Amino acid sequence: MAETRRAAAGPATYLLRVFVIAYLVLLVAWPVVLVGTNTFANGTQALTDVFADPDMVAALRLSAIAAVVATVINTVFGVTISMLLVRKQFPGKRVLSALIDLPLSVSPIVVGLALMLVYGGRNGWFGPTVEDWGLQVVFATPGIVLATAFVSLPLVIREVVPVLHELGTEQEQAAQSLGASGWQTFWRITLPSIKWAVIYGVVLTLARSLGEFGAVKVVSGNVLGETRTATLAVEERYLNFDQEGAYAVAFLLASVSVLAILVVFVLRARGTRHRAFERQS
Amino acid sequence: MSIDVSGVNKRYGDFVALQDINLSLPTGQLTALLGPSGGGKTTLLRIIAGLETADSGSVVIEGVEATRLPVQKRNVGFVFQHYAAFKHLSVARNVAFGLEIRKKPKAEIRAKVDELLQLVHLDAFADRLPSQLSGGQRQRMALARALAIEPSVLLLDEPFGALDAKVRKELRDWLRRLHDEVHVTTVFVTHDQEEALEVADEIVVVNEGRVEQVGSPDQLYDEPANDFVMGFLGEVTTLGDLRLRPHDIEVTTSPAPAATQGTVTRALRVGFEVRVTVSVPDQDVPVTVVMTRTHARALRLEAGSAVWLVAAEGATAVTSSRPSARPSVEPVAG
Amino acid sequence: MTVALEARPGRSRPSLVGHNLTMASGIGLGVSMLWFSLLVLIPLAAVMVTASSGGWAEFWRSITNDQTAAAIRLTVTAAAVVTLANIVTGTAIAWVLVRDRFPGKGLLELVIDIPFALPTIVAGLVLLSLYGNDSPLGLHLANTEWSIYLAFLFVTLPFVVRMVQPVLEELDLEVEEAAASLGASRATIFRRVVLPSLAPAIAAGAALSFARAVGEYGSLVLLSGNLPFESEVTSVRILSAIENDNQAAATSIAAVLLVISLLVIVALDVLQRRVARRG
Repeated sequence: MAETRRAAAGPATYLLRVFVIAYLVLLVAWPVVLVGTNTFANGTQALTDVFADPDMVAALRLSAIAAVVATVINTVFGVTISMLLVRKQFPGKRVLSALIDLPLSVSPIVVGLALMLVYGGRNGWFGPTVEDWGLQVVFATPGIVLATAFVSLPLVIREVVPVLHELGTEQEQAAQSLGASGWQTFWRITLPSIKWAVIYGVVLTLARSLGEFGAVKVVSGNVLGETRTATLAVEERYLNFDQEGAYAVAFLLASVSVLAILVVFVLRARGTRHRAFERQS
Repeated sequence: MSIDVSGVNKRYGDFVALQDINLSLPTGQLTALLGPSGGGKTTLLRIIAGLETADSGSVVIEGVEATRLPVQKRNVGFVFQHYAAFKHLSVARNVAFGLEIRKKPKAEIRAKVDELLQLVHLDAFADRLPSQLSGGQRQRMALARALAIEPSVLLLDEPFGALDAKVRKELRDWLRRLHDEVHVTTVFVTHDQEEALEVADEIVVVNEGRVEQVGSPDQLYDEPANDFVMGFLGEVTTLGDLRLRPHDIEVTTSPAPAATQGTVTRALRVGFEVRVTVSVPDQDVPVTVVMTRTHARALRLEAGSAVWLVAAEGATAVTSSRPSARPSVEPVAG
Repeated sequence: MTVALEARPGRSRPSLVGHNLTMASGIGLGVSMLWFSLLVLIPLAAVMVTASSGGWAEFWRSITNDQTAAAIRLTVTAAAVVTLANIVTGTAIAWVLVRDRFPGKGLLELVIDIPFALPTIVAGLVLLSLYGNDSPLGLHLANTEWSIYLAFLFVTLPFVVRMVQPVLEELDLEVEEAAASLGASRATIFRRVVLPSLAPAIAAGAALSFARAVGEYGSLVLLSGNLPFESEVTSVRILSAIENDNQAAATSIAAVLLVISLLVIVALDVLQRRVARRG
């Protein structure tokens, strides 16, 4: 909404404004800023220590790899599922569209447990078989990727589906009437039209994946230098009374999250302006 | 024949959209599919294009059996009501789209796009995005895009429906001139009878999934096949047991042979015309008569005047009857 | 007409299963469903199957164990209270974001999303810095029951706000002006005109917020101290059961959480359809 939709500013308006600002400052803003100041209490020493520690670097690298792989998988899967849910009719569609949201509401510990039950090397449903093929899932990187992909699975879909709905099918039909095949229509027309939604989804997925803790804790085994991710390292540092180290890694992770939100925020504002302009013309 | 539609049926659930449609449209002609919303005309157009499949029946385009051909293979140009502009592509890239899909050489594409943009007077806008164009410009771009693939037929779905009245009228004249230049077989859907009468060589009136009548604008206007066609093409009023156009009634202020007597209840000036409402005994609905202002002034008509009404010689009229029956059409003699 | 034939009138083509999939999209659906099953459906089914394998008595014993029952009670109570709080504060925040204008409002938009993107373990650390033992405010909530409420409030902050905000933006201001012209006070307008339009979105946000809180783990690890009968939540109980190799207990408690998640999903599906219909 470009035009002002302001309620006449009465005392209630100011009261509400002050309440909301105070609430958000106390609950979010202040504590987040404190993590920053705690990290830099001794200058940049804490951060340089993190990068000097090979185990910490390994943990950061593992988190990054798991997050990128999970994001790639979830993006391909998410765009495919979104196209199917919005553009196609098939039996079980409604059930699928409801179940897609399930990972958002399942406890990460339950996610970890569920993956253990199926892919556990000792007595999981498929675990021993998969291990015979030479692939260790649980207590290894694949398990971390699975857990990460699970928890961030719906994010791309939740961004793309509404945009696909709003886009409608006319442009796609026009492309087809001009001779474009289904594949050409997708690459040349649909994908460019949903580009920004996919990018928001990817950024959110990346942020969520990088920060996954509970599910990863269950399936990773938390082996120093091998299956310890950055979030697990934060816990370990804190519990071992290395508060400074914990804050430093937390600061790095928080920076990535805040950056991700900033990116989405800027892109969204851009998109809104663009849409407003289109409506106007 | 350029387009042959035979025995086409289409239903959506319980709703019958089209019922046994048979239609032959000659090459090079500009045809209007005219009818009320929901009458099935858009469905018919989309079946011809291949955007919709008929439940039964066949579609032949330029002698090629097209019933089972997907839309990509039919080589039809389709223009959508809301333009369906590719928003992320420039005007030139929009027009080039079909040619790029056909992998034409770059130089050929550029030449063709330039030629078409000139034809639709958008050569100055080649590098703009569709969002920077007005509605009328977007629709002209959509038309150029459809023409770029040199379609065997050009199909337009309510092409001017989303535009305001003035632009609509301009584009209508322009479409007629364009068709006279490029001569591609063209079918357009409209619910505006004025648009159809003004632009089309031939009109197909579609209502409730059936073809009511096919004919030239004059034929349809002068010899409507039934009550529906007559009513849809222009205003109709009832005089005794006749249904006829309000301007086809002669008014006198003194008794005339076979005339019906009535009393003027209202005389309303609308621009150059005067609409006179006359109440007639034995008739629930008053008669509406339209005449020029000069004529009305000469007759000194005002509320309360006694008048005598008679159908004009050669008036188009149908005998009114119950709505369900199909009345026969007979020109009135004297 | 026999039951087996059940030809639906009006369906002209006997479309066998009612789909419009092409070959390519059919393959896409197949591969996607396979992946979704392997990643999500089969593992979650494994939880339910394993939980029920010991029989009802075993299941019941697991979840009514004193310490577990206390954890479940605490989790559900805190999640419910926090969700109620979110209904009020979330709607208020959304209202301020949409209707009020003041410098720095854009910053609030950013702040709302931080709890969503912040790693949960970092969230715990973040809260510790203001409400822990070194609290600059002198509020020592760490290792108490209150830390649970605090962490839940933090991680569930965006849900109601982000569900309500777009609906509020799309709300037709003219309807409120019409109500005002008919003599309704601002409070009455909010209660009788605005609130009913927002209700499905608020409910959907509340459902998500409840589900998220019930399953929360990461933000509590450092903050709550996990004291049995005081600040130990359900997820922590599951984790200790896993660590003690007590699969029966772990899956039983997990099954309880999973059922709650499923109920929330069903509620969400119903509510989102309602939001879509109103929109």
